[in-house]
Amino acid sequence: MTHTIEKIKTQRIKVSEKLVYVLETKKLNIYYDDFRAISEVNMKIERNKVTAIIGPSGCGKSTLLRSFNRMNELVQGSRISGEVLFHGQNLYAPDVDPVEVRHRIGMVFQKPNPFPKSIYENIAWGARVHGFKGNMDELVEYSLRQAALWEEVKDILDHSGLALSGGQQQRLCIARALAVQPEVILMDEPASALDPISTLHIEDLIRELSNHYTILIVTHNMQQAARVSDFTAFFNMNGDRSGYLVEYDNTNQLFTMPKNKLTEDYITGRFG
Amino acid sequence: MDDKSKETPVLRKTFENELQQLKDEILLLGSMVEQSILESVEALKKRDIPAAERILELDKKVNAKRYAIENQVMIVIATQQPMAHDLRLLASIMEINGELERMGDYAKGIATINIRMGEQALLKPLIDIPRMAQKGVDMLHRALTAFINEDVEAARLIPAEDDEVDALYNQVYRELITLIIQDPTSIERANWLLWAAHNLERVADRVTNICERTIFIATGKIKDIRSSDDEAQKLKNSP
Repeated sequence: MTHTIEKIKTQRIKVSEKLVYVLETKKLNIYYDDFRAISEVNMKIERNKVTAIIGPSGCGKSTLLRSFNRMNELVQGSRISGEVLFHGQNLYAPDVDPVEVRHRIGMVFQKPNPFPKSIYENIAWGARVHGFKGNMDELVEYSLRQAALWEEVKDILDHSGLALSGGQQQRLCIARALAVQPEVILMDEPASALDPISTLHIEDLIRELSNHYTILIVTHNMQQAARVSDFTAFFNMNGDRSGYLVEYDNTNQLFTMPKNKLTEDYITGRFG
Repeated sequence: MDDKSKETPVLRKTFENELQQLKDEILLLGSMVEQSILESVEALKKRDIPAAERILELDKKVNAKRYAIENQVMIVIATQQPMAHDLRLLASIMEINGELERMGDYAKGIATINIRMGEQALLKPLIDIPRMAQKGVDMLHRALTAFINEDVEAARLIPAEDDEVDALYNQVYRELITLIIQDPTSIERANWLLWAAHNLERVADRVTNICERTIFIATGKIKDIRSSDDEAQKLKNSP
């Protein structure tokens, strides 16, 4: 099984196994026209860990997240300065193919958005587009198992993905992201549209997936960040600047003994 | 990262009120325990059995208050999902709550000794034992004030006063041993008083634990203020 999956891994972006940090930003600024949404962010994302990004609405969390797989480029008027390094290589270098970036760094969105196709095709389609030539049945099963959805859908693979519940649809989207064997999965509020039980399923899944993938998650729910992540980055904005990194630490430390008063006020609900 | 100086805006009023209420309840429990300790010793001094029996009743109220506080802390944790300072405060309230209840048990122990002594007269007039009680209660009172105010400086200083209580205990111990040597038939009556003194000595030890929690709330660091507190060290130092 692993052998088959390996085939879809490409080597167009050079991978250095020695690096502990998969992603790194250096003096990253992101603008929407004249507005600077992210200010001078330096942060490193550790491999096979869950890193949560928290902060008040409008502080640039999602903008930052999208910069890790060049999704912001799809927004007119956006531009960046500084660097986003993936295994030490600048993702925004002229010779880097953004499609390849999004292949290696997958994304799961706030609202589950399965294709209006069968459950099977939801998984198979992306892999096929990315040139997967192996055993598709195996890949579909593998991806659905990884997303903790297989047992629930193995007998209805030909049913529409849209017929699943919200929580199942979101796990299907995660399975779809996994099918192209990314190294990093970006999750933008992946459970905010789900009921509490489905949310807990997704959170358990995130913990499981971190054994094999590097995960970045943006969440408004601080308890969720505390539950699922190994590291937490708190972003804030004020009158002069927005999207600046206030504190970045291991999650246990940040939620029990934050170093910065602003972080303390935010996580204890005194502002935001 | 220079935002330390900014004022905390007032948000989460309900939660703030709940925390304040719990602090008030701890103070109230502390007062009940202080009263128990002082009155148990006064009753022993006067060999006042009805007063000792009232301490046993008061202890039931102390226990009930302890469980009520514990329950309330769990409700606040479950409903408010506290973090950081708030979480440390609630965890510490739970701990201090237990310490106070145990101190109440020491007072109850002294009252029980008083009752069990029955018709026996005191082996000697009580002088240092009431001093121990007074000192322990004084330390407790200030430790709880430091807790409410999160006064780390006071919390660091109070435990050192435990030495005074220990010195009084050693004094009582020596005196009682001397009396036993002089008259071996006094051993039982000496033992009653030794137990009472021991209970009071433990009160002061538990004050140290409260101070450690106060420091923890403010700094996030658990520090064993007086490692010499452990029983082995005490035995080594005792006469």
